[in-house]
Amino acid sequence: MHLPRKTFVLAMSVIALLGALAFPAFAQEPTPSDDEVNAIAKQLYCPVCENIPLDVCPTQACEQWRGTIREKLALGWSEDQIKDYFVAQYGDRVLATPPARGLNWLVYVLPPLVILASAVLLGMTLRRWERPVEATPKPHASETDADPYAQRLEEELRRRS
Amino acid sequence: MAIVGHFALILTFLAALFGAGAAAYGALRHRPAFVESGRRAMLLTWPLLTVAALAIILLLIGDHYQVEYVASVTSRAMPTYLKVTALWGGQAGSLVFWSWLMAAFATAASLRRWDRDRELLPWVIVVTMVTLAFFVGLILVPFPSLSGPEGGLTFSSENPFLRLWQTPQGAQLTAVFQPAGTLPLVPADGRGLNPLLRHPGMVIHPPMLYLGFVAFVIPYAFAIAALVTRRSDDRWIRVTRRWTLVAWLFLSLGLILGGRWAYDVLGWGGYWGWDPVEIAAFMPWLTGTAFLHSVMIQEKRGMLKRWNMVLIILTYALVIFGTFLTRSGVLSSVHAFAQSAIGPLFFTFIGVTTVASLSLLMSRWGDLHSENQVQSRLSREALFLVNNLLFMGILIVCFWGVLFPLISELFTGQKVTVGPPFYERATAPLWASLLLLMGIAPLSAYGRSSVRLLGKALWKPFALSLAVPVVLAATGMRSVSAIVGYWLAALTGLVTLHEFWRGAWARHRTHGENLLVALGRMVTRYRRRYGGYVIHLGVVLMAFGIIGIELFQTETQGTLSQGEQLTLGRYVMVYDAVAQWDTNDGRNVTRAVVSVYRDGRPVGELYPRRDFYYESQQPMTIPGVRSTLEDDFYVLLVSWEPIGNQAATFKVYHNPLVNFVWLGGLVFILGTLVAAWPEPEPEIVSRTVRTGAAAAV
Repeated sequence: MHLPRKTFVLAMSVIALLGALAFPAFAQEPTPSDDEVNAIAKQLYCPVCENIPLDVCPTQACEQWRGTIREKLALGWSEDQIKDYFVAQYGDRVLATPPARGLNWLVYVLPPLVILASAVLLGMTLRRWERPVEATPKPHASETDADPYAQRLEEELRRRS
Repeated sequence: MAIVGHFALILTFLAALFGAGAAAYGALRHRPAFVESGRRAMLLTWPLLTVAALAIILLLIGDHYQVEYVASVTSRAMPTYLKVTALWGGQAGSLVFWSWLMAAFATAASLRRWDRDRELLPWVIVVTMVTLAFFVGLILVPFPSLSGPEGGLTFSSENPFLRLWQTPQGAQLTAVFQPAGTLPLVPADGRGLNPLLRHPGMVIHPPMLYLGFVAFVIPYAFAIAALVTRRSDDRWIRVTRRWTLVAWLFLSLGLILGGRWAYDVLGWGGYWGWDPVEIAAFMPWLTGTAFLHSVMIQEKRGMLKRWNMVLIILTYALVIFGTFLTRSGVLSSVHAFAQSAIGPLFFTFIGVTTVASLSLLMSRWGDLHSENQVQSRLSREALFLVNNLLFMGILIVCFWGVLFPLISELFTGQKVTVGPPFYERATAPLWASLLLLMGIAPLSAYGRSSVRLLGKALWKPFALSLAVPVVLAATGMRSVSAIVGYWLAALTGLVTLHEFWRGAWARHRTHGENLLVALGRMVTRYRRRYGGYVIHLGVVLMAFGIIGIELFQTETQGTLSQGEQLTLGRYVMVYDAVAQWDTNDGRNVTRAVVSVYRDGRPVGELYPRRDFYYESQQPMTIPGVRSTLEDDFYVLLVSWEPIGNQAATFKVYHNPLVNFVWLGGLVFILGTLVAAWPEPEPEIVSRTVRTGAAAAV
């Protein structure tokens, strides 16, 4: 089996980081491979081509950005350093997801909260609906059970399924 | 020609307004003559819009570049079929096309037999005609906008019949009629259609989405009509059931075709990028899917009446919102929103219709009480509610992801990107739960259901499905998400197949039919149920493919000299040759020839290319793909240096199982067709059940 992409990216960043730690003095390492460049470019977005990750964007501007990543990698920069560099230059929008600070927290917090709240609401509603039947078991339940016609139909439907 | 089209649009606008007004007046004052008059006005809109659309098409084919729209979307070099389809290649034309479809659907809906629900008719007319009038109004009404660097106030509109004029001072104007003292300005050639859109997939993809969008207006119109006339039964759902399915079919088809187009043309090795434009079309699909499921509960059990109203109102709002997102330019910047009045107009329209629909619903809240109650947390009703919750959850993630960059820009001035990782992480657990639910819910019974009953129906496929994670783990798969995903897909697939088997076997035993005949008869007889199951099987196949490509896609890139090779997994690619030439339709084509080997054996040549469009200065990367059911080997020509050793850079993707996405898509569409096919009998069966249940309460 092939390596999953995330593991690959992670491995790449570890390699890049180790490289940065191990050889801070040797700036002129061999040219980084395209794959190393793309592993970082994949996580960045240029401000011009909206919603196209940098690693696949065909424009000249993005070509130059990839060149910049290559230069920085050759200088021994780590993945995070390079990303920080682009953020400092062009703002948070170059990142695939907003950094979790300030107003941006809302991106990550709101959907789970709303979904959770709806789930709780649904659970409570279901319980409320169930309870009257349990509390007064006779009227609804027994009638349905007792009505042979409805029962037969239900049964028939179930059998057909 | 432009003037004819322009007048047709004006007449449509008036007819739509009159139709809505007359129908509403007639209904409120019990004047059938007014309703009839409104209906006739409505019947006029479609022929009128046909004239307008034909006028645009004739202008496009005839290279009338004085018409601004024609100049902006076509050029002389384009083939005729592309010129025709340029009708929806730009903003103004696509609005006309949208309106044309809307009028066609409204007309078709009004031609049905109305004997049983006469009182709904005027309100259906009102809703469809108000919507139509809004869209035609957008096209016609010139609105003030701040444009140009000096920020001067100018009037512009989305009218496709605007023509170019030149004043004696040399300034350029656009107007439908010749302004005094100007001369016609006829450009020698047009600017041409965006090259990305010149693809067969792109030619049919927008009409499919529009059809889906527009068709959803019909169930919404009936829902509103039911609310206004205080009908609390499920008549509106029954009447519009097929409309909803058709809308859903086209929306699904549009989404799948869009994915295919992205895979073939955009050159990033994927089919879905969580782009806001994609999500705009996806959101009504989500609410529509939830709606399709939950209406069954109302039909069978007389429950969830209010919720279904909420869902269809939401779907309508999202249809308009989707059109707004893609048409107002708000996505590139909130400031584009303020520059043209089309944004605020849309916004107001969405706000007004949503608030009006919801307050109408509130005022009828008491009428729409449930005829039944959920009796068990494992009953079909309860599980369908969970299904709805999950779809709504995905909707919330999508909605918030699209909206947040706008909010951030508005409040902090800081633009942010909410990209695929956000959506993938947030929706993956929801999709997985949906997959699981898809396996369990069809087995649970309406009304009372228990763990024992469910377990009895579930245990065989469940036990069988456990083999999948065991085998996967044994063969060395280490990704937990993939193993869980494949297990869920296997479970749902097996449950669904088991349902087919059980049904056919029962028929075989009771009717003595042979198994295949039994299967065929069963499916034709209960199209809705088994169509639904076929759709589920399609989803399982798609899930199989999606997990494959999302979790196991690999890629590599390298710059090669001729004769050199690039290796990716079991594949080796050798760069043989490259050629570059100009075409007569304004492109410069660079095409490479590469040979592909798999496990050392040659499997064919691929021709990745790069087209550069001179007129729009846009490059386009077209992959060379070797496609099998097992995987795709996808080669992109990233760049080429025509000097020296002719080195070229290639990017190569290995996309395992991606073809299951398309295969699943086909099965999915097939299932929808089965479910939407006319079927008189089960209607009667389910109605008897409902009456039986109602009588019991």
